[in-house]
Amino acid sequence: MRNRPREIVLGTVAILASVVVFIVPFVFIFLTAAKTPAEAAEFGFSLPTEWAIWDNLTTVLTVRNNLIVRAFVNSTVITVLSVALMVVLAAMVGYVLQRRRSRWNHVVNFFVLAGLIVPPAVVPTIWVMQGLGLFKTIPGMILIEATFGLSFCILLFRAFVSTIPKELDEAAWIDGAGPLRVFFSVVVPLLRPVMVTVVVVQAVNVFNDFTGPLYFLPGDDNATVQLTLYNFQSQTMSQWNLLFMDILLITIPPLVMYIFFNRQIVAGMTSGAVKG
Amino acid sequence: MAQAVTAPGAVAKRRSVKSIYPTWFYLPAGLLYVVLFALPTFASFYFAFTRWSLQDVEFTGWENFVTFFSEPQLRTGFINTFVYGFVTSGAKVVLGLALAVLLTSQLIGRGYLRSVVFFPVLVSAIGVGITFKVLMDPFDGLINESLSALGITGPAWLTDPQWALMSVALIDVWKGVGIATLIYIAGLAAIPQEYYEAAKVDGAGGWKAFRSITLPLVRPATATVILLSLIGGLRSFDLIWATTRGGPGFTSDVIASVIYKQYQAGFYGLSTAGNVVLFLVVTAIVVPISTLLNRREVER
Repeated sequence: MRNRPREIVLGTVAILASVVVFIVPFVFIFLTAAKTPAEAAEFGFSLPTEWAIWDNLTTVLTVRNNLIVRAFVNSTVITVLSVALMVVLAAMVGYVLQRRRSRWNHVVNFFVLAGLIVPPAVVPTIWVMQGLGLFKTIPGMILIEATFGLSFCILLFRAFVSTIPKELDEAAWIDGAGPLRVFFSVVVPLLRPVMVTVVVVQAVNVFNDFTGPLYFLPGDDNATVQLTLYNFQSQTMSQWNLLFMDILLITIPPLVMYIFFNRQIVAGMTSGAVKG
Repeated sequence: MAQAVTAPGAVAKRRSVKSIYPTWFYLPAGLLYVVLFALPTFASFYFAFTRWSLQDVEFTGWENFVTFFSEPQLRTGFINTFVYGFVTSGAKVVLGLALAVLLTSQLIGRGYLRSVVFFPVLVSAIGVGITFKVLMDPFDGLINESLSALGITGPAWLTDPQWALMSVALIDVWKGVGIATLIYIAGLAAIPQEYYEAAKVDGAGGWKAFRSITLPLVRPATATVILLSLIGGLRSFDLIWATTRGGPGFTSDVIASVIYKQYQAGFYGLSTAGNVVLFLVVTAIVVPISTLLNRREVER
């Protein structure tokens, strides 16, 4: 009784449509990445007559002195450190913002929302970074990514802190713990679910960021994975198989994240949908 | 002396009020925010009025803004920003809601469908852009080959001045509709099932129930989708840059790509003026819509 004919027909139509609209482009990426240069340039949606997937992989990884391998290292470093930084700093703000009612709240809330809406002023940011010696450096990129991600994290943390009973921090406080101790050993462990969400969503965002590195980390020395793809596109235009192999490679980390943290990603993306 | 001698209880009480949640917790985040975000934003309102090479600054008054609105290619970018923002946002609302209704109804393969709709959200814009550049190739691309197999002559998509901007918007919707769908699924799940049962008892059909129950009650989700997609769409750069670089000519330029082009050309003052224009456009659209959507919700 559960599967009535209507459900089966509707489901089948939807599945077929989804294959055409969403699956075919990904299969196309994979097939093109497995072709020889000449065949890949035909843009056909067909099985490769000659599978060159291993050749393409080794070529892509070694081209221009292992540029992509270095880019993967750079992207990983930037992603891990910037996400760690923004999570800790945003959790501190979200916690105090929710717990303490003061005249500062309006000001802080205003700046948090402004951080979400206002597009970053590009050249003045470069100007400030040059003044601090951070322009074109990995530490500079880490700080930029952390800054641009703060607002989103603060909103999620603030919402979650309101579900933690205030009595818990007060009990630790009366037992003589200092504010840092209360925060890091009582509150932070309870923030775990939202931490996972924030970390996964922001890691995907930072890893996939293209505009940030394009402006603030130009040049091949510190290239990130998204920039290699962009530079590849301008330099090796004829070698579509390599370009698509690169797309395939840089899509794997977010895919793995999605498989393991499906639920947390969904929770992060949809937070605020119900409350508005 | 009198202040030093206080009862232990009073000390604990004063401590808990004053410093259990210290204001300095704002400081580290605030420092980053002020130095790398607020300061450049404020500075942009000065540099937008200058001819600027990062070393030398020369105040030129409104010249950059006059240039911005008198050069046809820059004006195109200005108008395209609105078109792109509203088209993508509108399409995501309609398609997102339709998909969410479909994916919360009883049908087979629901779990698979939900994951597959969401997955493009996680692929980088530049990867999606390059893939669709190939798929939308006017002659050899899979899309036009499939269309011609059906007897339809497809447009030249990204290379046709008439279609370029809409083609990028289409890719943007393909990539982003998953977020809208998920937000709507969460919104739909919050509507009590009893309402639909009561409507059924009263003899309301599917469409009537959708109009009178789903649409009004899913409003917070609609507000979130509209605001998120507008903020993203008006600022959009990476997908446009990966597919058309504003071309052919400057027919698919938006403010964000104009900012980058002027920056590349070394016109830092003009680029910053573009940033100020973008700032004003985004705030002038997002802030009123946000207050409007939130006000109606309170009235309800």
